[in-house]
Amino acid sequence: MGYEFEQESGILIVKILGEFDLHEAEYARRDIDIQIRAQGVKHILFDLGGLTFIDSSGLGVILGRYRKVKESGGLAVISGAPPNIKKVMEISGLTRLMPFFVDRASAVQELG
Amino acid sequence: MNIRNQMKLEFLSCSENVGLARVAVAAFASGVDFNLSDLEEIKVAVSEAVSNSVIHGYEGATTGTVRLSASLFNNALEIVVEDDGKGIADVEQAMLPGTGSDPERLGLGFVFMKSFMDEVDVQTEVGKGTRVKLLKSLTVNGESVKN
Repeated sequence: MGYEFEQESGILIVKILGEFDLHEAEYARRDIDIQIRAQGVKHILFDLGGLTFIDSSGLGVILGRYRKVKESGGLAVISGAPPNIKKVMEISGLTRLMPFFVDRASAVQELG
Repeated sequence: MNIRNQMKLEFLSCSENVGLARVAVAAFASGVDFNLSDLEEIKVAVSEAVSNSVIHGYEGATTGTVRLSASLFNNALEIVVEDDGKGIADVEQAMLPGTGSDPERLGLGFVFMKSFMDEVDVQTEVGKGTRVKLLKSLTVNGESVKN
């Protein structure tokens, strides 16, 4: 698993690649929080187009970041989730909390 | 029920091994009539069971032993994940969503196991360990395969 950070229109874009489980969760949580602070962004967009696996540990990191930006008046959204990933997110209830977009461009447009 | 095939794997309670466990079971199960969606569901369930052993059973200590077995019967795949960790004091409570103490965790491990597998059985004893048995029925064209 890996992740890439970008910033666009005051939105932190976190592109998560590969498999996102317990092993990756701790590092991802720390690294994303560092980026949120360093870049002073309000919103966060999780681009999951390159994600191949997620379980409740990975979802916990996304949910935690959602709560964090929400506390400071921001939004956290998801884009590009493949069907198998979206299915896990639906069961978790995350799809009821966070807006989902088919691609990054439409998510950025909505947040911008 | 006749066992058609079986594998056993034993590993330390390191988070690195969560991926090893699910990939091993998925590779084992891919030789039979599970479709890709079934395999994805099996991977999530194994990941949750092994993560529970690492996080809760051994409370993050990486020196515990996790035993994993997968047995293929004519009509089902049975997976057992076992640890010698602290056990679960209240299994019914642990099965409920969002009951963990950590706000960063969803507390959905057992919810996912129950959603994705046909049977989930938990045997546990405080101070001794936990044994989680997961069963996934084989289906052909949406029909369960008779044994």
